[in-house]
Amino acid sequence: MNTVIFRTVAPFLTALMLVFSVFVLLRGHNEPGGGFIGGLIAASALAIYGIACGVAPVRRAMVLHPMAISALGLLLSGLSGLPALAAGLPFMTALWTYPTVLGTELPLSTVLVFDIGVYLVVLGAITSILLGLEERDVDQGEDR
Amino acid sequence: MAVDATTVDLTRAMVTVPARLADVLIVAPVALPLIGGALALFLRNLPRLQPVIAILVLVVLVACEAALLARVLAEGPLTMMMGRWLPPFGIAFTVDALGAVLALTAGVAGLAVAIYSATDLTVGDRRFGFYPLLLLLVAGVSGAFCTGDIFNLYVWFEVLLISSFGLIVLGGDPRQLDGAVKYGILNLIATTLFLVTTGLLYGLVGTLNMADITERVAALPDGGPITTIAVIYLLAFAMKAAAFPLGFWLPASYHTPKIVVGAIFAGLLTKVGVYALIRVFAMLMPSERLLLADVIGWVAALTLLVPALAALAESEIRRTLGWVVIAGIGNMLAGLALGSEAGYAGAIAYAVHSMLAMTAIYLTLGLVERIAGTSSLHEAGGIWRASPLVAALFLVMVLSASGLPPFSGFWPKAMLVRAAITADAGWIAAAILVSGFLVTLALGRVFLFAIWRDAPAGRPAAGSAGRIGPAVGVGLAAIIAVLGVLPQPLVAVATDGAKGLIDPAAYVSSVFPGARP
Repeated sequence: MNTVIFRTVAPFLTALMLVFSVFVLLRGHNEPGGGFIGGLIAASALAIYGIACGVAPVRRAMVLHPMAISALGLLLSGLSGLPALAAGLPFMTALWTYPTVLGTELPLSTVLVFDIGVYLVVLGAITSILLGLEERDVDQGEDR
Repeated sequence: MAVDATTVDLTRAMVTVPARLADVLIVAPVALPLIGGALALFLRNLPRLQPVIAILVLVVLVACEAALLARVLAEGPLTMMMGRWLPPFGIAFTVDALGAVLALTAGVAGLAVAIYSATDLTVGDRRFGFYPLLLLLVAGVSGAFCTGDIFNLYVWFEVLLISSFGLIVLGGDPRQLDGAVKYGILNLIATTLFLVTTGLLYGLVGTLNMADITERVAALPDGGPITTIAVIYLLAFAMKAAAFPLGFWLPASYHTPKIVVGAIFAGLLTKVGVYALIRVFAMLMPSERLLLADVIGWVAALTLLVPALAALAESEIRRTLGWVVIAGIGNMLAGLALGSEAGYAGAIAYAVHSMLAMTAIYLTLGLVERIAGTSSLHEAGGIWRASPLVAALFLVMVLSASGLPPFSGFWPKAMLVRAAITADAGWIAAAILVSGFLVTLALGRVFLFAIWRDAPAGRPAAGSAGRIGPAVGVGLAAIIAVLGVLPQPLVAVATDGAKGLIDPAAYVSSVFPGARP
């Protein structure tokens, strides 16, 4: 796997897939897509980067520990249900706002916050597992 | 693209009655530990802060659940529709007396374990995520007790199962992995059966909302697919509840994890299975319960007797306690088999007692292990001399778990025996009493050897129990003693819960206020 071609292309591919994962996440409200599948695409992007360049660069690039990203996602998803309670609506009720940015109406909602939370949970959990497995592989390789 | 009330008639799809601020209490049992768990996971690298977060969250949780129970007792079952989608399509959270009292007890048990484990864990265990997993486990258990949707119940089963997988391997000892495999595989099979059967039930009645299922199952003709569904549910939940003969995973796995993990497992997990059995058979499918009453009765009697005999044969205290947990499950199943209001009330009261008593006895065993350095009956001893307090605590826990007065185990058992005799099922009453006698012998033997006897030569009981651990033990012993001396509030709540199961009209009208669409 450690060819020059793969190592050169991998960072670009990773960047492209990460952008695409955000696109899928945002598209998800009304069309196929959403936080779960977006998170999976992002996790596979990081997996490609890890296979090409090793685990350490991926960990550096992520800044936060994958489990911390997962926790942040769970926190966001959990908190996204609370504003509805403050507004006198049942837990998890969607609240919408339509600000106009640069002449375009932008629908924003607590559902989006929930979905971003799901995205982060999936990204963090899967990356954590993948990096854990890849790390073990590297260790055994050094033993040999 | 703003959609407002003028273009779409929202009343056809959504709950339009505004939620009161006090309704926050309905989701608090789930939302609080979930958000607290996420926070604790995020701050995993600050091991000193972990117990602080967990204890604070659980204290607030217990306060909320106490307030919720008070409201349920005053106003009847409460419902909140998630995302305000109308039932039966939206997911309902419906809390009745049964759910509220079990959630409160689970919160108290979780709090006791969180405080106890503040001095019982290494920094490594904290970094590995003991507290986040504990909070998520409590979220799963509370969610299971509070949800009014049977598929959602499955989801909470998964939440608590996944947290428990993390907890059972905490420490990474090979023996633990062995226990975790047995625990994991059997529980996965049970949850899969639960999921498959829920699919069958949905195919049959076209709804997942428990209040709706109650009405639609009652309207079905007798026999046919619903009986099959009931049998598979019985199998799945009995496996979860560790009923005989499906409960052998429990003593094979509960002695391996850390004692605090064993305590929370013994206190909460099997009781969720019992809760599911009671909810499904007493409320959703009463006529199928009647059909299976003899089977449940035999399962209950064997669950009472066989594990009690097995407890007598063990020489490892942790394994003895594993069998005692299962024998307790038999008592609750006996209540379900009787099917009367008194029987259900006894089962609910016993579940509350069992959650507290089993958590307490495991934690006290943890203190004994700290002093003696072992949990083997051959090697432990001399606790009475080393720490009279721990010895006295253990005696309280032994009496309570055996169902002897003046502690909490006595009254639920008395209720069950009386219900059995009233229902002309003397053999169930006999099984309860004989099992209580055998458990008393088994635990009395543990007390004699491990606590009362002098330490064997060359193995002095020299460890220290610390301060926080005994304090938690004293707190739990106080609750157990109060429930034993003043059982009236518990009996009243349990009777209220049992009435709600037999006549679910209040439960149904809380989900579907006014006329059905």
